[in-house]
Amino acid sequence: MILENIKNKFPEASIEEGALLTITVETGRYRELALYLKNDGGLAFDFLICMTGMDWGDSLGVISLLQSTRHEHKLFLKTFTTNRENPELPTVSDIWETANLNEREVYDFLGIRFINHPDMRRLFLRNDWVGYPLRKDYDANPEVNPVRLYSEETFDVTPSFEATSHGGEVSEKENVLFEEDEYVVNIGPQHPATHGVLRFRVSLEGEIVKKVDVNCGYIHRGIEKMCESLTYPQTLALTDRLDYLAAHQNRHALCMCIEEALGLEVPERVKYIRTIMDELNRLSSHLLFWSTLCMDMGALTAFFYGFRDREKVLDIMEETTGGRLIQNYNVIGGVMADIHPNLIHRVKEFLKYLPPMIKEYHEVFTGNVIAQQRLKGVGILTRENAIAYGASGPTGRAAGWSCDVRKHTPYGVYDKVDFKEIIHTEGDSFSRYIVRVEEIMESLHILEQLVDNIPEGDYAVKTKPLIKLPEGHYFKSVEASRGEFGVYIESRGDKFPYRVKFRSPCLPLVSIVDQLARGNKIADLIAIGGTLDYVVPDLDR
Amino acid sequence: MFDFATITHWVDELLRSFLPHATATLVECILIGLCLLLGYALIALVLIYAERKVCAFFQCRIGPNRVGPYGTIQSVADMIKMLTKELIDINHIDRFLFNLAPFVVIIASVLAFGCIPFAKGLHVIDFNVGIFFLIAVSSIGIVGILLAGWASNNKYSLIGAMRSGAQMISYELSIGLSILTVVVFTGSMQLSTIVEGQADGWLLFKGHIPACIAFIVYLIAGTAETNRGPFDLPEADSELTAGYHTEYSGMHFGFFYLAEYLNMFVVASVATTLFLGGWMPLHVPGWESFNQIMDYIPSIFWFFGKTGVVIFIIMWFKWTFPRLRIDQLLRLEWRYLLPLNLLNLFLMVIVVVFKLHF
Repeated sequence: MILENIKNKFPEASIEEGALLTITVETGRYRELALYLKNDGGLAFDFLICMTGMDWGDSLGVISLLQSTRHEHKLFLKTFTTNRENPELPTVSDIWETANLNEREVYDFLGIRFINHPDMRRLFLRNDWVGYPLRKDYDANPEVNPVRLYSEETFDVTPSFEATSHGGEVSEKENVLFEEDEYVVNIGPQHPATHGVLRFRVSLEGEIVKKVDVNCGYIHRGIEKMCESLTYPQTLALTDRLDYLAAHQNRHALCMCIEEALGLEVPERVKYIRTIMDELNRLSSHLLFWSTLCMDMGALTAFFYGFRDREKVLDIMEETTGGRLIQNYNVIGGVMADIHPNLIHRVKEFLKYLPPMIKEYHEVFTGNVIAQQRLKGVGILTRENAIAYGASGPTGRAAGWSCDVRKHTPYGVYDKVDFKEIIHTEGDSFSRYIVRVEEIMESLHILEQLVDNIPEGDYAVKTKPLIKLPEGHYFKSVEASRGEFGVYIESRGDKFPYRVKFRSPCLPLVSIVDQLARGNKIADLIAIGGTLDYVVPDLDR
Repeated sequence: MFDFATITHWVDELLRSFLPHATATLVECILIGLCLLLGYALIALVLIYAERKVCAFFQCRIGPNRVGPYGTIQSVADMIKMLTKELIDINHIDRFLFNLAPFVVIIASVLAFGCIPFAKGLHVIDFNVGIFFLIAVSSIGIVGILLAGWASNNKYSLIGAMRSGAQMISYELSIGLSILTVVVFTGSMQLSTIVEGQADGWLLFKGHIPACIAFIVYLIAGTAETNRGPFDLPEADSELTAGYHTEYSGMHFGFFYLAEYLNMFVVASVATTLFLGGWMPLHVPGWESFNQIMDYIPSIFWFFGKTGVVIFIIMWFKWTFPRLRIDQLLRLEWRYLLPLNLLNLFLMVIVVVFKLHF
């Protein structure tokens, strides 16, 4: 039905059918099609999951994965320009807000300028970086971009490009971020509450936050670029370094994406092990969230309680995988090694251990008047905004958006276990907090159903020593600890991927900070940041 | 009960026996100054060790345990480290005010420290407006903090200092009013009279309801006054990194650090003196033999014991509660504590006028 509708409206669009529809459209009607996809009642593609900038050799362009939260269908939307000198594409940042940062990222890596985008700055790389690294003809010579020993300049104005009415000429315009006399405070890159090297420039009026400008890239390692020169099994090691608190889940997504492309069916035992590890990972991540939020709010004792209990999860994972934070456990076709004989027994012990501790957490923090006052009604995110900005995961669910990938497109053995998707509707910091604490209980519930039922069998299937993915593009996502983590691979049949893109769950979270914090106090900014729970290496990649 | 006045008188007579009057006074002043500073440093070291141990036990940790038995010499080692550390020279600051600020803070806290009656007869200055003087000198500390924030030329420091100013000036009201409640009851501002007045029962018991309310309000306001958690907004580490003392290093930072701990001690000892009978032992009217046994415990132990308990409660606050936000902090004072305090003062007046106390 989608296909026919689009064909009727946009006869010139070329449509490829595959696992997902891929619609390619010329630049001229790109915005029109985007608006149609978003606004048509039968299509209602309101969630832009992932936008990938591409260099196809003869053309540059973007490919976006869209989803409808109402109808739950997905498709790829593709557009391109053959002008490699001055590539220009129309922006869709006013249609899907999440495209704002994504288009900046594309500009940063591929040099595509988005017309009418409000803020065309580089997102990750330095302002004075020469060249666009994800272009295939990029010159990686260290002499072009030496290690610069001086700080980059911070600009208070940002460029944007507008199409003038006469003849498609593009004119540059300057937007003022901060006025001369504004009291702008740097929160970060070295700041205890940003949980990593993230930098907010915050304009203050007394204690009140007027505007927040996010500056990322302090821990950008070019992982997507690195993947292009690594074989598929080699790329696996990098995913653990994205969101290090969801190392296992990230790698799960990449493995599943490659397995799907290869048509590889993994044994049932592997699915169970992966799911158990995912949930342990989620537990450790949410416990860490609880601890660090408490620390941000000044309750240092609670921080230690959380770490005490997280330690036990890490011990369990260490025994089987050998790693505590970075597990390196999933491999293509299975897992690295079979589970440790103690795993089942220790997980069961932990299942008994944690619930009383969670009760203690509620007594020491949740029930505290100060904590409630600090969190309730602070930084309210509406459901519409959560979808528009793509803030999935616990943040989205706290705003009433049912976005749990485990429920909607089950992977692993999530279709075999019974668990609740925790949804709250208030959207404030407190509900973001409580969603995560309740998810800890749900994770325990899932583990309870799984530990006793791990089927016998192989822990991995044999794969060819040299893995080559068939030509095409593939996307697979998992529910990582702080949102939907996706992997997009475009293959040209080589042993190296042509392009790998990781859909970071944290980038959208950071993009909503400005909106949530405006008009609140500095202390609220910290509470909002704490409850959004972003991990900086994940958004910087 | 042992009276420390016998020692001080003996020293006094000894000095006067071979020195002219003026010189003897001068030597006494210097001796007292030395003793105070020594006591100040010693108490700070003990408190820092205590805080680290207490918070460690709250947090399921062991705390300092390497230097000396049970880590007891840890804070001495830290002090030596602090004393030998470099004072980092910072550009673009108001150098004079920047260097002055830690001294203002430390002088205020030493002055307040000097007013406290530590034991029977162990009291440096005892004059008729003792408690008034104590409040007055302890509030000079705010000036130091504001100066530190302003002179640092750092945005975090400035926000921290402004928070601190707003906070301390607000909570000074509560402290003043709850002390006033005590003064209404005892009829005197002289610390020795206040303590003597509690010989037949601590004020907390004698003054029952209004005294208890005043005690609780005093504890809350006192915690806020010393910038300790949950009222540690001026140096809220997760928001302002370290607030007003972000730019300070070496011993200048050490002064702020010491002053914070000593202010906590001063607040606790004032609470002890006013509400818990100071160095007075626990006396129950009618239980003569019990009172006598209590009298065998030296007064200095009573004083430090009670102060220790109050300090433990203040530490307990800090290591349990999350931090308030600035508007909530001010709302707590102006909307709740201040009206409560005024009502409480009125209640105390009624209690005193109609002799409803024990």
